[in-house]
Amino acid sequence: MAARPAQAKKTILVTGAAGSLAKRVIARLHGRYQVIAVDFRQKVETDANIPSYKVDLHKRGFEDIFRNHKIDAVIHIGRFFAHEQDRQRRYNANVLGTKKLLELCRKYFVKQVMIHSTYYVYGASPYNPALLDEDAPLKASEVTQDLVDSVELESLAQIYLWKYPELNITILRPCNVLGPGVRNSMSLLLSRGIAPVLLGFSPMMQFLHVDDMADAVVVAFEQNKPGIYNVAPEDWVAFQEAVTQSGCSKLPIPSIPPVLPKMWSNLLNWNAFFPPYLINYFKYPVIIDGRLFRDTFGWKPRRSLNDIFGYYRKSKLLAA
Amino acid sequence: MAIKDVLKGLAGFSLGESLYRRIVTPEVEAAIEKIPKPVGSFGYDPWGYNENAVKVSLGVTKWLYDHYFRVTANGLENIPPNGRLLIIGNHSGQLPMDGVLLGTALATNPHGPRAARAMIERFFPTVPYLGNLLNSIGAVIGDPLNCAKMLESDEVIIVFPEGVRGSGKLYKDRYKLQRFGNGFMHLALTHKTPIIPVGIVGCEETMPAVANIAPLAKILGIPYVPVAPPFPLPAKVHLNFGKPMHFKCNMESEDEVTALVEDVKTEIRRLIALGLEQRKEIY
Repeated sequence: MAARPAQAKKTILVTGAAGSLAKRVIARLHGRYQVIAVDFRQKVETDANIPSYKVDLHKRGFEDIFRNHKIDAVIHIGRFFAHEQDRQRRYNANVLGTKKLLELCRKYFVKQVMIHSTYYVYGASPYNPALLDEDAPLKASEVTQDLVDSVELESLAQIYLWKYPELNITILRPCNVLGPGVRNSMSLLLSRGIAPVLLGFSPMMQFLHVDDMADAVVVAFEQNKPGIYNVAPEDWVAFQEAVTQSGCSKLPIPSIPPVLPKMWSNLLNWNAFFPPYLINYFKYPVIIDGRLFRDTFGWKPRRSLNDIFGYYRKSKLLAA
Repeated sequence: MAIKDVLKGLAGFSLGESLYRRIVTPEVEAAIEKIPKPVGSFGYDPWGYNENAVKVSLGVTKWLYDHYFRVTANGLENIPPNGRLLIIGNHSGQLPMDGVLLGTALATNPHGPRAARAMIERFFPTVPYLGNLLNSIGAVIGDPLNCAKMLESDEVIIVFPEGVRGSGKLYKDRYKLQRFGNGFMHLALTHKTPIIPVGIVGCEETMPAVANIAPLAKILGIPYVPVAPPFPLPAKVHLNFGKPMHFKCNMESEDEVTALVEDVKTEIRRLIALGLEQRKEIY
């Protein structure tokens, strides 16, 4: 960029800015970079010099942000969780929105894109080996229609990754991210006093503190080594142990036939924290191998599993 | 009333505690202590192995090992105290008691205990409780990726290359090795892993089967339904571990691999013959 002074800060667009992870990422980047915050839910309150927009990615107004700012990089974290919207709207926002975003990145010569995916894409199946590598097949859509958007978002990002290397796309597939402010299903579940568990099933799981995940996003952004990476610590715990450690009382749900827990979930409207389409994830393990990310970027989580569960324990004690 | 409840609670606790102490003997604790196996902060590994579960199950199997099957193990000094390893043995006895006893022998080896991993059928994870229980004591589904990752992290894996052909065979075919799969040899070659052959004598007599009700097995979706004693008989078991075998091969054809598998088979045959010689009485 000869046209700009050498000391000019790079401009980074962060989507999903109202979310707990994006907030932390923005806090880490702010100052060293010019950050632009975007969210489809609300106009995020930010520091004075961070422009903030409320806009849907798949709507036309989104392009104006690219017109008005010279954007160097995009960190795409914003996503509708499955419990937030119906399938159709979610598909539009997550898949078509991402498609739009990637097209705009090409059109406006964005030089780096980070995509925040999820380990859900691997799918929970009794036949899963442990320590899945990044090249393992993505079988989530086999498990449920409700995760199709996650898998399609990924495939879309992958197509752009191979087809347009100039975009420098990095896809991150984190394990369960937990911590203060996190609103995903697992975090909502562990925040509850009583947490449903499936009788006779306690799959292995991995958990990452949202602060560590934010560090991971920033470190991967700054080192810019395009590719697909699992993000997970080298520590594992059985789900029911995690429930106990988080200070929840267990509510055992009959697990066979498989339709039974789904029925309960539907009936009691547990869509936010124990949704029918995630039942398999509470039953079978999806353990990912985070070695590639840890070795490539020299990153290591700094918070232990106990730190993570401690947060949920303490917040329950405070509420009591 | 409340005091009574407290006393009851205490009684229950101490009973549980004393039973636990009888199962998890200091000997068992010490063996687990010495096993060179990395686990996470809650005592789990990625495959679901859990130290606390292993302690209890080893306590139980050690008792069976010493008092029920009265196992004699020779050649335990051949087992390296660390590093990746494949234990290859003959399979028999309908139920995988041979795997259990091998695992116990390895975990309590005075020359350096190891936590051995066993490969199980793919339907186990779908069975409530049993799937998790098997995982927690070290068993995993027999997926090539599991084996590869385990060997890369220097685990010990027990493989019965005969599979159900071996365990399901009838009493009249005892100690006749069935066809070996080549999978274990590919693992050994790819991951440069030494093989310890082991000859297992006695397990054939724990559940002598006179027939297999194949149609019933088919209906139930399981490998076989033997006409056999309803529980394992207390046969004396002899384990003979051979010296580590190291293999190298460019793997240009499957025939080459099969030839190497034959070498292992020959060694296991020798070790079985040795065990049969050592055995003075069956029960």
